[in-house]
Amino acid sequence: MWKSFFGGIHPYDGKDLAKTQPIEEMPLPTELSVPLSQHIGAPCQPTVKVGDMVKRGQLIATSEAFMHADIHAPTSGKVAKIEPRPHSGRGMCPAIVILPDGEDAWAEGLPLARNWEAMTGEEILTAIQEAGIVGMGGATFPAHIKLKPAKPVDTLILNGAECEPYLTADYRLMLEQPEDIITGAQILAKVLGTKRTVIGIEDNKPDAAEALEKAASGTQIEIARLRTRYPQGAEKMLIFAVTGREVPAGGLPMDAGAVVQNVGTVAAITAAVEQGLPLTERVTTVSGDAISQPKNLRVRIGTSYRACIEHCGGFREEPDKLLAGGPMMGMAQQSLDVPVMKGSSGILALTKKITEHPEERNCIRCGRCVNACPMGLVPSMLSILSERGDFPKCRDSYGLMNCIECGCCTYVCPAKRNIVQYIRLAKGEIRAEAERAKAKAAAKAAQAKEAAK
Amino acid sequence: MSEREMKATAAPAEARPAAPADPVFTISSSPHIRDGETIDHIMWQVVLALLPVALFGIWWFGSSALINMAVGIIAAVGSEYIWQRAMHQPLTAMDGSACITGLLLAMSMSPLLPPYMVAIGSALAIIVAKQSMGGLGFNIFNPAHIGRAALMVSWPVAMTTWTKMADLSGGAVDAMTGATPLNILKMQGYDALVATFGGQGQMYTSMLLGTRNGSLGETSTILLLLGGLYLIYKGYINWIVPACMIGTVAVLTWIFGPAGLFTGDPLFHMMAGGLFLGAFFMATDMVTIPMTIKGQIVFAVGAGALTVLIRLVGGYPEGVCYSLLLMNAVTPLIDRWLKPRIFGTGLEPQAAKGGAK
Ligand code: SF4
Ligand code: SF4
Repeated sequence: MWKSFFGGIHPYDGKDLAKTQPIEEMPLPTELSVPLSQHIGAPCQPTVKVGDMVKRGQLIATSEAFMHADIHAPTSGKVAKIEPRPHSGRGMCPAIVILPDGEDAWAEGLPLARNWEAMTGEEILTAIQEAGIVGMGGATFPAHIKLKPAKPVDTLILNGAECEPYLTADYRLMLEQPEDIITGAQILAKVLGTKRTVIGIEDNKPDAAEALEKAASGTQIEIARLRTRYPQGAEKMLIFAVTGREVPAGGLPMDAGAVVQNVGTVAAITAAVEQGLPLTERVTTVSGDAISQPKNLRVRIGTSYRACIEHCGGFREEPDKLLAGGPMMGMAQQSLDVPVMKGSSGILALTKKITEHPEERNCIRCGRCVNACPMGLVPSMLSILSERGDFPKCRDSYGLMNCIECGCCTYVCPAKRNIVQYIRLAKGEIRAEAERAKAKAAAKAAQAKEAAK
Repeated sequence: MSEREMKATAAPAEARPAAPADPVFTISSSPHIRDGETIDHIMWQVVLALLPVALFGIWWFGSSALINMAVGIIAAVGSEYIWQRAMHQPLTAMDGSACITGLLLAMSMSPLLPPYMVAIGSALAIIVAKQSMGGLGFNIFNPAHIGRAALMVSWPVAMTTWTKMADLSGGAVDAMTGATPLNILKMQGYDALVATFGGQGQMYTSMLLGTRNGSLGETSTILLLLGGLYLIYKGYINWIVPACMIGTVAVLTWIFGPAGLFTGDPLFHMMAGGLFLGAFFMATDMVTIPMTIKGQIVFAVGAGALTVLIRLVGGYPEGVCYSLLLMNAVTPLIDRWLKPRIFGTGLEPQAAKGGAK
């Protein structure tokens, strides 16, 4: 039996809308807008100029910074512009705009035919790094950095929980390409030197679990059927479910001896290692009650939400919200021109019927948020203190920084309090305060130096 | 030319033939979905759960019960409405919480209380104990209890005037038929109490069904249990709270019996007075009790113990109301003291390290 975390919720999952739709190849759009920031860390700098012709898989942006992931051309064509464009995470962001030439030709030499078993761990890591792979579940942490943990780890966990409502991209991938995921798991196990490999899947996807079990027969890889409960796919919850270990507060998965990768990321790693293919496309779910024909699409990075939604028959009803990601943690978007990026797990368009809620009221101390919080926080107090502006107390007495912003508290609140919003506000203030303190200390140090002269 | 560029050009949008305008999307913080639960729904469900007991009260005590409950509710909702109107606050008087306060207040007092007193108690409860503290959620004390306590101080005689009960002892004991069972116990002892009912079996039966003297809504143990179970089933209250409070009373009254240790009658004490009403409908008032399960257990056990203390040692025959008020007062402390364990904290060293070697 697998362990289960405390709290959590069981929302309407909306997965029926798209789960029976096989992954469909989305045709190339007329224009691709590839943002220079698609990962946690420093944005990349373009390595191409306007007017250059590029091939699919060709490096088009990189960075000197350690924390970054390279960016490659999603198809062959001409670099039309390099300019700020809408971005699902940061409003506007510089992007390389490519006009496809229709050939969709791979860069010189691609795809390769490599045998990963003959490669060393170092070579594999290089291949992953060169492919620009990031965590595709949405965290967008550069994969090659995550695969070099600073502490010894003994467990590799593949995240196939896909606990966000509506999203079915990982589910379809597990169902349709289980071999790629299993191969990727073996590759990663080799790189990490881990003894145990577990794929965690919520038990509402038994067919995906079976497909993986079949593909994994003859290997040591375990398939863990986990209780269907949001946020089962949150890294800390998943590690706890599989290993029974808690990531210490403020720590990283490696502090619990584990590395977690999303199944989509792992499939991309297989392609990168075996065929040398950079990350230029991903599977994403286009769904929601406002979408005519919800689908799971294999989309080139840089394709606009508009093109994806048009490919799904456009809007069936007036949408109220356009989301990048799932309804629990996804970000509301203003423009249909934001492009699909490496971390885009889904595009959702929801009508007012789903997104409209009654007015916020005072907390009635019902305790539902306390019972729902998987991190063991007291969300009501966090929201009240943040509302009052008492941010230090949020941090010191109520564990503010442990919040994973999963949204469970807000989901269950009968007073419809925007708890997560208050928490983000408090976190932002605390971080800004820390920055200010740092700047002050630096100024002081400079002054002291000056005086010492 | 893409949509975006179209928007960027200076030409007026109407001049362009194709492309209907994009929808305007709402921007807000995640999560974007919520469950359907609302304060109003929870509160009206509690009213629903109280309904059987209220109806029983009307049947058993007559029209004065109906009048008192109606007056209590109207005064509570009305004063909340007037307050919110006067203060230019959002009008939430119809959210069910004021209705509960008025209803609970009427139910926790004698059916013979003059209606105007009920109205005053209701208005005081809402204005002093609830609205002046910031409204629902900010009140430390259960408003109904404050209203009841205020009336107790102002009109102690009216508050302790009960209906006449048939004396089934046939005049064998000098039973006070105008008293509640707890009164009789306090004044005349256990034997007189049993004799008043005409036997122990009859006593238990009428305490269970509610055919006894007492406050308007406290007598029918079985219907209170029914309403409480409904709320537990619906997930609005946690069973552990009434279980702990009633259990504590049972254990302590059994231990500290009238004839020495372990001679008490826990069954009587469980069903007497306002314990069931208090345990299921007041000790579970989410606003005024601790938020965590651990805290709620402390609250419930504390309230139970204080109830017994007042009943057995104190000057009043009944102690549910005051014990709950006292526990309300320490609730903020309990909440500060008993927070849930934050995930990933307080781990044993080797558990934290895991098998990382
Ligand atoms: S407080 Fe943070 S971690 Fe807890 S439920 Fe709310 S969003 Fe999730
Ligand atoms: S769920 Fe909402 S109303 Fe209930 S305690 Fe939490 S914040 Fe307050």
